[in-house]
Amino acid sequence: MTARPGHRTSPGTATSGPGRGEGSPPPASVRPAVRDGLGVGISVGVSGLAFGAAAVTAGLSVAQACVLSLLAFTGASQFALIGVVGGGGNLVAGTLGAVLLGARNGLYGLRLAGMLRVRGWRRLLSAHVVIDETTAVATGQPDDRSARAGFYTTAVSLYLAWNLSTLAGAVGAARIGDPRTFGLDVLGPAVFLALLWPRLTAGRAEARVAVAAAVLAIAATPLLPPGVPVMLAAVAALAGLRAPARDRTADGTTGGTTGEMVGGAAGGETAAETAGDASTGSGTGDAEAAGGTAGEGRKGLGA
Amino acid sequence: MNTWIAVLATAAGCYALKLGGLVTPQRILEDPRVRRFTELVPVALLTALVAVQTFAAGRALELDAPRLAGLGAAVAALLLRAPFLVVLVIAAGTAALLRLLTG
Repeated sequence: MTARPGHRTSPGTATSGPGRGEGSPPPASVRPAVRDGLGVGISVGVSGLAFGAAAVTAGLSVAQACVLSLLAFTGASQFALIGVVGGGGNLVAGTLGAVLLGARNGLYGLRLAGMLRVRGWRRLLSAHVVIDETTAVATGQPDDRSARAGFYTTAVSLYLAWNLSTLAGAVGAARIGDPRTFGLDVLGPAVFLALLWPRLTAGRAEARVAVAAAVLAIAATPLLPPGVPVMLAAVAALAGLRAPARDRTADGTTGGTTGEMVGGAAGGETAAETAGDASTGSGTGDAEAAGGTAGEGRKGLGA
Repeated sequence: MNTWIAVLATAAGCYALKLGGLVTPQRILEDPRVRRFTELVPVALLTALVAVQTFAAGRALELDAPRLAGLGAAVAALLLRAPFLVVLVIAAGTAALLRLLTG
């Protein structure tokens, strides 16, 4: 990942003619993705303070809190598990609930595999960081290359920030007091809302899915164990599948227009890469799907 | 069950699910409806997460005024096209300020 920002600083290649473009990618195209990734990684990572403090308060040791952050590395599941530990609940059920909550990462992986296109040990490592934040940043980018840049920037910055702040929160739990005092409990929902915003305002199908998901999750909360309502809300994605034809046409148009815009701004290299992706089957669809949100995403995440 | 076992089992289970998505053959995405579904799933799950984190405490629904105000401020900031970090600072700051004022 660190190589990508380096690319962009390599002098003069941007204006030195299209012939040299093949060896050195146009510097303009992944910078916003890297910036998005750093913004998300660091700001969300800080909420590891809240997790560390909550874990120790719930009765975990500092080491257990840190191992959870290092090895589970998916906030919602971690909070779900310590909630059960703190509430004196059944640990087997608590573990199952936490893992079930992590099932959405599997669905994210399905979506991301075509963008990341990793094999072997890279895939084993990349899998560990397939979570809400990395998915949100990656799928908000206009093309696969920016998606990868955003994914790994978010992954590295978030992994470091989350684990360091978990340690700090766990060690300083007594001194931090209630993280709510600083409004840290609002950070989680605010982050996801900000990341989703461009997509919620872009397509009618997306907005309908979002409303259905929120209603489902809220309605199911009193009835089901924590974590399950969120998982159940995946059903709401079906609401987008039953979309009337006019919605799909509208989405397609948006994607196409934004795609042209981005292609025009970034130069021929991006267009060539997108065309190259067509041969892989899933690449074109990814670019088009991400394209619909790209223009707005820039405005939303440009920090 | 020992807490350590719960911690390690959770970590192992979560990793297995993450990897599962990446290694699933992309062939199943050839069906446009399946692909569209996987595109919409993140929207559904993340919105549900926002809703639950905003309105729920465990299995109980709760209306926490400072938290709602913080989220409301975030929505206002997003409508005004504020940058990402500004949105977060406004959201957390609003909630913190209200809690400070209301004791």
